[in-house]
Amino acid sequence: MPETTERQDRHVQGLDALEQQPARGEDENGAARTAARIWSATWPKLAAIALVLVAWQSVSWSGWRSEYVFPGPDRVLPVLFDEVTSPEFWTAVQVTMQRALTGFALALAAGVLIGLGLTRFRILRSAVGSLVTGLQTMPSIVWFPFAMLLYGITESAIMFVIVLGAAPSIAGGLTSGIDHVNPSLLRAGKVMGLRGLQHYTLLIVPAALPMFVSGLKQGWAFAWRSLMAGELLVIINQQNSIGWALSQARQLNDAERLISYIIIVLVIGIVIDVFFNWADRALRRRWGLTQD
Amino acid sequence: MSTATETPVDVGAVRVDDISKTFGSGRGAITAIDGMSVHVGHGDFLAVVGASGCGKSTLLSLVAGLEEPTTGAVDVGGRKVAMMFQEAALFPWLTVGSNIEIPMRVNRVPKAERRRRVTELLDLVRLQGMARKRPHELSGGMRQRVALARALAQDADILLMDEPFGALDAMTRDILHDELERIWRERGLTILFVTHNVREAVRLGERVVLLSSRPGRVIEEFPVEGERPRRIDSAGISAQAARITDGLREEVSRHA
Repeated sequence: MPETTERQDRHVQGLDALEQQPARGEDENGAARTAARIWSATWPKLAAIALVLVAWQSVSWSGWRSEYVFPGPDRVLPVLFDEVTSPEFWTAVQVTMQRALTGFALALAAGVLIGLGLTRFRILRSAVGSLVTGLQTMPSIVWFPFAMLLYGITESAIMFVIVLGAAPSIAGGLTSGIDHVNPSLLRAGKVMGLRGLQHYTLLIVPAALPMFVSGLKQGWAFAWRSLMAGELLVIINQQNSIGWALSQARQLNDAERLISYIIIVLVIGIVIDVFFNWADRALRRRWGLTQD
Repeated sequence: MSTATETPVDVGAVRVDDISKTFGSGRGAITAIDGMSVHVGHGDFLAVVGASGCGKSTLLSLVAGLEEPTTGAVDVGGRKVAMMFQEAALFPWLTVGSNIEIPMRVNRVPKAERRRRVTELLDLVRLQGMARKRPHELSGGMRQRVALARALAQDADILLMDEPFGALDAMTRDILHDELERIWRERGLTILFVTHNVREAVRLGERVVLLSSRPGRVIEEFPVEGERPRRIDSAGISAQAARITDGLREEVSRHA
């Protein structure tokens, strides 16, 4: 018998070794390859930025509008540099980001509550499920007049609109994540006796996580847009913020500063998008949803 | 219960007595199983074969207690029942080791004990040192062995298997037959194994039960002869499988 066991052991191990994906053949000189990969991912972006700058500069020099209304990068970039090196700028960013994060956190709490409610109670879903989906299509700026009536010119008005804008997406991500848990995993959980809290902590929550993160990403996009609209409309006691800086620049006809702040809003948006994409990819890789 | 464990001979591990199972009601109702009786003794290995619509999976759900029979009774004597499917259904976000730990977490087994048992179970299914891998890094056959280890982690006496090797290639399936046979004997498990591969049923089972389709009931029971460990390509297995295949074909033709 020990002889057969040993033979079987080798048989099983041999098959395992053959069946596992072999590591893809890799070239030596890993550092050079990494550098090459980073370069090949970077240069198209740099080229695109250069192209935009050139096009912008030529339009500005073409005299389509006077330089004082439509300045080129030669005049905007120094202003942008001055702005980001000034302490007022960082207070503005801090105020704005603090509002964004608070609003997003509130929307997260509301979205999770609504999402859980919708998955737990069938009647709630049939009653307001399509309303929650419909809310996602509302341009958030529509809520501002109402929010200002309710809360006056306050932070609360802005928060109100952020939550209305972002919570439906977050709730939607959560419900579709829970709805789409692989049925064979649910069945496996059932035969293992998973129930109650463990059914959620060990199975439903991790299984729904990738879609929930997609919902968060979408919710963030809505929160950020609502916040920018809010800061332009609801100016609280001349408090420094990105939106306030934008409307100040417009009132003073300071086109350089105006465009600088537009660029900053764009950059913040890109940075946060990169973060969400990174989280999404990391989750997908860990969950085995992508091959690489 | 205590008397049942003292005199295990005639009681049997799984008693399915004249059950029927109907889904839906009224005109749209479908009877999946009608008047089926199956007995599985302690440490027995019963293979169940049948064409589509024979209620194989329904039978397993009933034995697992996931569903209730419409009439008749299913009795497992209060024993724990574990179940395996065609898909390994491992949780992809957990490592192999953590997957095997899940049933023990359900049973509130302390952490140190869980770790120890994971190592032991991985040894048993010949996946030593794989505890930290992720399911998607494994081949199909390895995943099914992890699923088997996870099922064994439930400490069940009865193992229900629903075409567990159906999605594997022939060579891997062969090896898993050997492995399952070995583990069945080492652990003294009672196995109810459902498949539509007749040779597989004869290769593994002590007995093979042939089911009819729509509705499912037992047509015939075949005791399997042959020394273990058996080979799926031996003449004896082929001859016995041929008889059962004839019966299965006859049953399928009835629905033409």
